Amino acid sequence: MQQASIITDEMKEQLGVEGTPTILEVEKGHIRMMAEALDDPNPLWQDEEYAKKTRYGGIIAPPALLCNARAGTGRGVQMKSPFLRALAGGDELEYYLPVRPGDVITSVSKITEYNEREGRRGKMLFTIIETTYKNQRGEVVATSRSASISY
Amino acid sequence: MKKQLYYEDVEVGSEVIPLAKIATTEMLVKWAGATGDFNPLHYEDAFAASQGVGSPIVHGALKRAWLGHLMTDWIGEQGVLNRLSCQYRGMDYPRKMKDMATPEEGETWWCKGTVTKKYVEDDQHIVECDIWVENGKGEKTTPGTATVILPSREAKS
Repeated sequence: MQQASIITDEMKEQLGVEGTPTILEVEKGHIRMMAEALDDPNPLWQDEEYAKKTRYGGIIAPPALLCNARAGTGRGVQMKSPFLRALAGGDELEYYLPVRPGDVITSVSKITEYNEREGRRGKMLFTIIETTYKNQRGEVVATSRSASISY
Repeated sequence: MKKQLYYEDVEVGSEVIPLAKIATTEMLVKWAGATGDFNPLHYEDAFAASQGVGSPIVHGALKRAWLGHLMTDWIGEQGVLNRLSCQYRGMDYPRKMKDMATPEEGETWWCKGTVTKKYVEDDQHIVECDIWVENGKGEKTTPGTATVILPSREAKS
């Protein structure tokens, strides 16, 4: 007999189901807060005069702006786990287009995979979440693939 | 203004210019505010202890953002960051604040990288790197990879 799986039918039903969209209205103030939190003085994130002369023609957001909670880490998906503790396992992001102040980014996530593993702290569940970020023109600006570990 | 990096400037094995970071409790508060990630794991002692990590830890996403900073600094305004991935393998603990502006003595983190591959595809000059965040003991707590597109001197007309 195999040991019972921690991945329930209820969890399996969530695979591939798109969660509630998260909407992020990108503002200069928010970009500045993020650049300050990061201690990243790149003028491309903050200095309009400088940014105007670049090929972007204006301020853009640092790559870190996406894939954060405000842009959808809550992700609107039904995360279920038999465990109480959770940690971020890793992230992979692909960037396609710059994000600018004034953009409205809609992110939609889905759970694409569950993996059970035996770790130092006993059984662990890896939940893989994929997210697509689109701007107000419907263009995909980025995609991400993140692992959440519960144990 | 920084000097622009070109495709011709890098070879396999070239070093990404390292970037030093000091995680402080203040920085974690700022990051929580900027991202809206209010998980108490990153500021509440008792909760962090109950989660089995001892005390509040640095957000994985903040370390990923440091790696983004590493790469955008290195590739300059004309470079494009295409892909960035990392894994949160080891916990990192912020320095506490001594007063309003000064952190206690302690750990400094380094973001580093090396070029693993360079090639031209569809007229794009692509460079792949191994990247990581290293703690004060030199351990890679956050290893990852990045793909960037650099301008080429030869392609310039």
